Amino acid sequence: MKGIILVDPYKCLGCKSCEIACSINRSSSKDLSFATLSKNPPGVKVKQSRNFIVPLQCYHCEAAPCMAACPAKAIRKDEKTSAIIIEQSLCVGCNACVIVCPYGIPELKYNKGGTIKCDLCFSRLEKNQKPACVCGCPTGALKFETIENLFNERIR
Amino acid sequence: MKNINEIQMYQQRFESQKPQCGFGLLGICCRNCALGPCRISPFEEGAQLGVCGANADTITARNFLRMVAAGASAHSDHGRAVAETFIKVAKGEAPGYEIKDEYKLLKLAFEMGIKIDGLKKEEIALQVGEKCLAEFGKQEGSLILTKRAPLKRQKIWTALNIVPRGIDREIVEALHRTHMGTDQDYLNLMLHASRCALGDGWGGSMIATELQDIMFGTPVPVRGRVNFGVLKENCVNIIVHGHEPLLSEMIVLAAEDPQLVQMAKDKGAEEINIGGICCTANEILMRHGIPIIGNFLNQEMAITTGAVEIMAVDVQCIMQSLPLVASCFHTKIITTSEKAKITGAIHISFTEENAFEKAKEIVKMAIENFANRKKSDISIPEQEMDLVAGFSHETISYILGGMFRASYKPLNDNIINGRIRGVAGVVGCNNCKVVQDSVHLKLVKKLIENDVLVLQTGCSAIACAKEGLLDSIRGLDFCGKGLREVCEAVGIPPVIHMGSCVDNSRILVAATALVKEGGLGDDISDLPAAGAAPEWMSEKAISIGQYFVASGVFTIFGVTWPTLGSENLTRYLFNEIENQLGGKWAFESDGEKIAQLMIKHIDEKRKKLGIDRARERILFDMEMRRQL
Repeated sequence: MKGIILVDPYKCLGCKSCEIACSINRSSSKDLSFATLSKNPPGVKVKQSRNFIVPLQCYHCEAAPCMAACPAKAIRKDEKTSAIIIEQSLCVGCNACVIVCPYGIPELKYNKGGTIKCDLCFSRLEKNQKPACVCGCPTGALKFETIENLFNERIR
Repeated sequence: MKNINEIQMYQQRFESQKPQCGFGLLGICCRNCALGPCRISPFEEGAQLGVCGANADTITARNFLRMVAAGASAHSDHGRAVAETFIKVAKGEAPGYEIKDEYKLLKLAFEMGIKIDGLKKEEIALQVGEKCLAEFGKQEGSLILTKRAPLKRQKIWTALNIVPRGIDREIVEALHRTHMGTDQDYLNLMLHASRCALGDGWGGSMIATELQDIMFGTPVPVRGRVNFGVLKENCVNIIVHGHEPLLSEMIVLAAEDPQLVQMAKDKGAEEINIGGICCTANEILMRHGIPIIGNFLNQEMAITTGAVEIMAVDVQCIMQSLPLVASCFHTKIITTSEKAKITGAIHISFTEENAFEKAKEIVKMAIENFANRKKSDISIPEQEMDLVAGFSHETISYILGGMFRASYKPLNDNIINGRIRGVAGVVGCNNCKVVQDSVHLKLVKKLIENDVLVLQTGCSAIACAKEGLLDSIRGLDFCGKGLREVCEAVGIPPVIHMGSCVDNSRILVAATALVKEGGLGDDISDLPAAGAAPEWMSEKAISIGQYFVASGVFTIFGVTWPTLGSENLTRYLFNEIENQLGGKWAFESDGEKIAQLMIKHIDEKRKKLGIDRARERILFDMEMRRQL
């Protein structure tokens, strides 16, 4: 499966279900009660400015500035899904990606050993599952669409 | 000692909570059983029914009813504590407390059908206390004090079968009905919300007010001061914070103890200074003229002045962050109620029997803590304001009519002749989602400018006091011409402080007195009156609002409204409920617009009463008189 996460901010109620779903998916147990113990930070953040609430995921840019900036070559592009992924084992926590990202997506977590950001749930996509945040959204504010579908819809 | 810059105060905590969950805000989140938690999507996509089949109407109604039940519990449990103390006072088991207002005791005894012939006041008090306490556990019939309501109102309640039977019973039934798979008709749930809330307003809260008045004295007008400036740098400062006056009354008494005053002087302090926060502040202001430091959102800030030796708290509206803030200063936080302990605070158990001794212990601790102050930490804002408080129902009728013909007649006359346009109750909390006090002030100023007399309780009264509206001279500057004339003639401020949040029952009694005085219809819903809680935040506010609506008052809440997830329930509360009960809810967050809504409602009621136009004044000559 190949596609992008679409956000409809008018439908986002700020319930942070996507954050929870993301944290669970990043945990090894994949279970809420155990995931709370491992305290995995989510790759999606629900942010508010005035009355406007929006969940922020990585946009997985075609020409990703973070990938170009990473001195440790820890950021790579997944062939099948086009997801931009940080390889945690290579990340040195230098903050270069945090500095260059135009959307303020990567977040440095020292205690977790590196920088964290959305990986488009590429391992789920390989199994033909939608990203965890999309599945966790109760109002349909988050959607997963292929670029072709989106393009065709916009043209219509 | 921690640094104050390292900890979060409520503003930062609010920021880090953002965004707050929209399901909760709209009231469409249900976690009453383990099939859930379920959420109803307010949009077309997404779930429209919970696992059990409950829809948005049922879920919002259940949540609303649970809020009413929790609010009614808070007021009523306060009332119960007062009744228990009252009984101990009557038995002579509570040293320090006494029966101060015998007149009110006799009046209440008469209302409760107690024979008083040849009985001593303690014996009467015992019977009154036991009867009041029995109201909580009563299973059938109706609460005695609901008989105070206008007859037409009582008939409406009886017809709908919502006369509260017992205070506790209605609360338990509310929890039963909202249990999984029980009451699933939002209209039926709302009828019980009215019943439960009436058990608060005309039951628990009213008992609390009545018995407190008898025990501590019915408030009479008293001068006081408000705002941070009342904290004194060279005094031992003790803050009492919370709701029940049982504790604060004793601390006030203990602070006058000559031995302790001398001890404070020996430690280099000039005197022992007591200040209040929240409704405890209102209670001791009304009865002793003790200064008020601020309202709900001022509690953390009060500690950061660095000049507070002790903050003694009891129940309700106490932030858990107080011990954390206090850890940056020398201040000690003391919890006193078995019902309310806070991790990190010192607990001193406070019972009726040892109340005075424990109060002395607290004052002594404060004096000893005076030496631990850090001079560099002290920064007390200078702001201070005068105010007049202490307007109980009894006092108002005395002011208006004197000792022997105490009545509301002059007020009714002035409402009828249009000098006073109507009466508004503006009550309620502070809410961090708006600038503190701003909506209260905007609303109240607009109301008095339009000749609406404002009755206040709780944190709202403190907000207006800080602005000077409760001062009988300064307040007049904000008044319309008609209201000013009346206030000057009677000698009252245009904004009348009636007490703490359980004292909203005083507003019910005052409204009933206006009806019974005649000329303004025969029910509370006929009065040119409206209510508002523009910065509400607690469940108690919802309970208060619901008993006002169920008593026939148009009530407007600001900031946020907890049933917006259900169109049907919201329409019922904002419109259809008026056909049943004569009162209704409204939601509006702008102070100016709330005032407009209230004034519009008042004008409509005036029109219905036929007092919307000044009547032509005809001088009757002898011929006309003969024809009469």
